[in-house]
Amino acid sequence: MTAGELRKTPLHGEHVAAGARLVPFAGWEMPVQYEGVAAEHLAVRERSGMFDVSHMGQVGTRGGDAAAFLQHAVSNDVTRLAPGGAQYSCLCADDGGILDDLFSYRPDGWGVDYLTVTNAANHDRDLARFGELAAGFDVEVVDRAPDFAMIAVQGPEARAAVAGLASAELPARMRASTLEVAGARALVCGTGYTGEDGVEVLVAPADAPALWRALAAAAVTPCGLGARDTLRLEACFHLHGNDIGPDRNPIEAGLGWCCKEETGFAGAAAIAAVRAEGPVERLVAFAMTGRGIPRRGNPILLGGEPVGAVTSGSFSPSLGIGIGMGYLRAGIAEPGTAIEVDVRGRRRPAEIRAKPLYEKSA
Amino acid sequence: MATEESYPEDLRYHPEHDWARIEGEEATLGITWFAQDSLGDVVFFDPPEVGATIAKDEPYTEVESVKAVSDVIAPLSGEIVAVNERAGTNPELINTDPYGEGWMVRIRLGDPGEADRLLDAAAYRDLVAD
Repeated sequence: MTAGELRKTPLHGEHVAAGARLVPFAGWEMPVQYEGVAAEHLAVRERSGMFDVSHMGQVGTRGGDAAAFLQHAVSNDVTRLAPGGAQYSCLCADDGGILDDLFSYRPDGWGVDYLTVTNAANHDRDLARFGELAAGFDVEVVDRAPDFAMIAVQGPEARAAVAGLASAELPARMRASTLEVAGARALVCGTGYTGEDGVEVLVAPADAPALWRALAAAAVTPCGLGARDTLRLEACFHLHGNDIGPDRNPIEAGLGWCCKEETGFAGAAAIAAVRAEGPVERLVAFAMTGRGIPRRGNPILLGGEPVGAVTSGSFSPSLGIGIGMGYLRAGIAEPGTAIEVDVRGRRRPAEIRAKPLYEKSA
Repeated sequence: MATEESYPEDLRYHPEHDWARIEGEEATLGITWFAQDSLGDVVFFDPPEVGATIAKDEPYTEVESVKAVSDVIAPLSGEIVAVNERAGTNPELINTDPYGEGWMVRIRLGDPGEADRLLDAAAYRDLVAD
């Protein structure tokens, strides 16, 4: 791949044919929207939507020490990841910084003991980190990204739409099953990034276009990365590179729940120290209480003084107001605290809110 | 959300995708169909102050879609005599009716001669067709 050349997913032709607006994202040319971000966002909240997430990577681990290796590599307690299960964790540097956030699955029939899904921008670094941490273990770390396309189907009607194409019952939330979907062998995972029920479906790249078309025929709305971002922000899911990164540890990011330091994973000692002392800053969610839309990098003010910066900010199509997240000193990070966001020179009132910012009332 | 692509013949256009409807010593300004389509769903428009002075080719306000902020460039210079408060509370008007209810400001022209340097509909249509 030469510099500046963007990679294309197996669904690129579908996006072009549908008139999607394509943008560069993490080295890939990806659809940011089809009909419009707000309409796609609301389709997922009210019905169902599908996202091409084939740019995301997969790392397989296999061998006699696969479980012991993964326990060493990632932050969660991998002994609690049962066959057919799914688990969220952080991949950390030795100093506790977050190299990536990951879902690991323990699938049956895919030639690996564990399959871990990576963020597109971090895939190569994650592979290298896995390789580095594998020393001394009887384990093989394999790049499985070329073997998979991935479609996330999300929303209250998403399961029914996929079930109508599936050979057997869909997995429960946080479970993964091997099924046929639209005639293609698929790893179906009860996970997602929208705050809605739904599944993520992994298939061979060659099978992806037919699956995409079958889902479209089942009235699932094609959605771009724009809606994916607004949905995940309302649900207060972290975006690596915005809200978390190598300069942030899981405790300050609010990801202490997926760190089990007693397992001795790489970075555990540094994270245990932060947990014991308490983090200096905490990632908070906030909503504007008046006009204005916060954007990444906008200063956050308390009593007129800058106390942090917005890490993710957007208009919330579900709430009809500006929302965001950012790091604030731990002592001032309480929900209900009135703050201001400096939006390009204009101070706009906001309030720290409990996470998530949007939750289904039903 | 939006209407069909159109560039009315009675307007003058700035290459930064703004239009002006010139009526005597005043002009109404807004953004073009192409501009609103590129932005996507407009969710925020904060009208500027009446009485403010704007300068041709300079930003005079902002519009925001869900994902992005965009400067609005003044096609002509002048003093703002009216603003579209309704588009402030219903910013989707900028998508649904960019040349009508989605207008942004009305100005008293500072230099009527500037209008000669704007594009007519045919020239602007050629510009966005590229």
